[in-house]
Amino acid sequence: MTLDTLYQVNTPEGISLRLSPAGPVVRMLAWIIDILIRLAINGVFFAALAFFGKTGIGIALILSFILEWFYPVYFELYKKGQTPGKKMFNLYVSMEDASPISPGASIIRNLLRFVDFLPFLYGFGFISMLLTKRFQRLGDLVAGTVVLHKSLNYPTIEEDKTKAISPPVALNLSEQQALIRFQQRIPYLTAERAEELAQIATPLLLKNSSENSIENKQASSRLLGIANWIMGAKH
Amino acid sequence: MSSVRQSQFIEKNTALWDTFENWLDYQDLTFWKKRSKKNKIEAPEEIDLPKVYRQICHHFALANSRMYNPVLVDKLNKLVVRGHHKLYSSRTNFIGNIMKYFAVDFPRLVRQEWKIVSIAAALFYVPFIAIIIAIQFFPDLIYSVMDGSMVNNLEDMYEPERNQRFGRERESDTDLYMFGYYIKHNIGIDFKMFAGGLLFGIGAIFFLVFNGIFLGAAFGHMTHIGYIDSFWGFVVGHGAFELNAMVLSGAAGLKLAEALIRPGRKTRGRALIDNGKIAVLIMYGVVVMSVIAAFLEAFWSSTVMPVMIKYVAGAILWTVVGMYFYFLGRTSRASIHS
Repeated sequence: MTLDTLYQVNTPEGISLRLSPAGPVVRMLAWIIDILIRLAINGVFFAALAFFGKTGIGIALILSFILEWFYPVYFELYKKGQTPGKKMFNLYVSMEDASPISPGASIIRNLLRFVDFLPFLYGFGFISMLLTKRFQRLGDLVAGTVVLHKSLNYPTIEEDKTKAISPPVALNLSEQQALIRFQQRIPYLTAERAEELAQIATPLLLKNSSENSIENKQASSRLLGIANWIMGAKH
Repeated sequence: MSSVRQSQFIEKNTALWDTFENWLDYQDLTFWKKRSKKNKIEAPEEIDLPKVYRQICHHFALANSRMYNPVLVDKLNKLVVRGHHKLYSSRTNFIGNIMKYFAVDFPRLVRQEWKIVSIAAALFYVPFIAIIIAIQFFPDLIYSVMDGSMVNNLEDMYEPERNQRFGRERESDTDLYMFGYYIKHNIGIDFKMFAGGLLFGIGAIFFLVFNGIFLGAAFGHMTHIGYIDSFWGFVVGHGAFELNAMVLSGAAGLKLAEALIRPGRKTRGRALIDNGKIAVLIMYGVVVMSVIAAFLEAFWSSTVMPVMIKYVAGAILWTVVGMYFYFLGRTSRASIHS
């Protein structure tokens, strides 16, 4: 029924967590940020250590080796699965069951980055992401990891509790849900769009079944009232 | 509608959610921030994590089944995910694990995977030895593997006269440079070989055979033109670690390929995850072996001393590596996967 990419994980506590895997585009953007940071750090290493001649370059080579392969591992293990790039786009790496990524899994997914990068610019990784439900690249498949969107803090809405209207017709659960979601979304909509959407719920806008005219302008506020009623506000 | 209305539900439980969230926020602070004197953060009261977490899981399930406000459900979902992370994060004895790994697990794992290790060893050593022998009879074979300038470079590097002139195989200040170079280059190849295994083994097989032929050609050519002491003396020490690390990373790559080619009764995805865990355990050992190899190559192999000492040291190192994989970890009977 759902078209979105959410998936659920059942925990031992008998509940299911809702997780949303991140797609290729946002991950590519995060990767670009990371590669720029790595290039910059690499540049600093070589520029600074070049003063110490060949010995310095030797040290710089070791550091750049560590940076090349273990930069993501460090952040995944010690910064809650977020490299700076991922942090910027609110992504994080975790195990498929939503537990924190294990050291072994982190190393696997980052060593296998080499294959994902083939034949050029994450070609295999991209194909793999398109073919799997959770947008996993090959390294993710072997490590059993997934890149998830971190859910954002939506500002809680001060509900106008003063008005509660009992719905003129009986509503089933999904209809009630739709109204509550509508109420939550109103702050993100323009007044006109809210009104337009509210007009769709024709039967709810009738004062009583005999009346035929739809109250203009007032449709959205009436729906809000009904939503309040559903959520338990008193008359 | 449900018996408990949403507003009552929130009213009743908000305090617990806030306590839990505060506690989580505090746990997430870095060590330094907790200690910082400037803006002192009060430690929140301790909570019984499993108990509180279970309660909130229960709230989340209730909110879900009663179809409460999606924002509320979202908020609870977030709390539960954070609690889940906290409760199920592993706190392991890191140093102890490392010691156990090298004393027991790694050699045992290599023995356990002896079939795939043997295949990888054959893929490398058979072409390697075959080419060495072949070049003794057909010296021109070297030019099918390397071009002329490469051969000249190689000959130049190990010319026996060179050491007498300089007293050392290269300037000592470049030892560290070479160490860095070997680390970046050699371990990089090991990692690529491992990763290449995921392409149905093609990458791992390619790197193994290619390196076997290439190195074999170099060894064979040096032997043929008589630079025996300068060349073999140089490579014998670190070879014990470097060549075998390469074979093992090839084996780790083939382990991934095995999951794709012969997953047995598992799905390929499941087999990949299981075999990946074994393969990455092998790779930890490979990294350490390669670092040892790079260290020996940079600081030991390059020093000038009577070649007999180098041969003896080389023989000892090969024996040590062999005995390590053959004997270590045999005493206790517990299985690796217990």
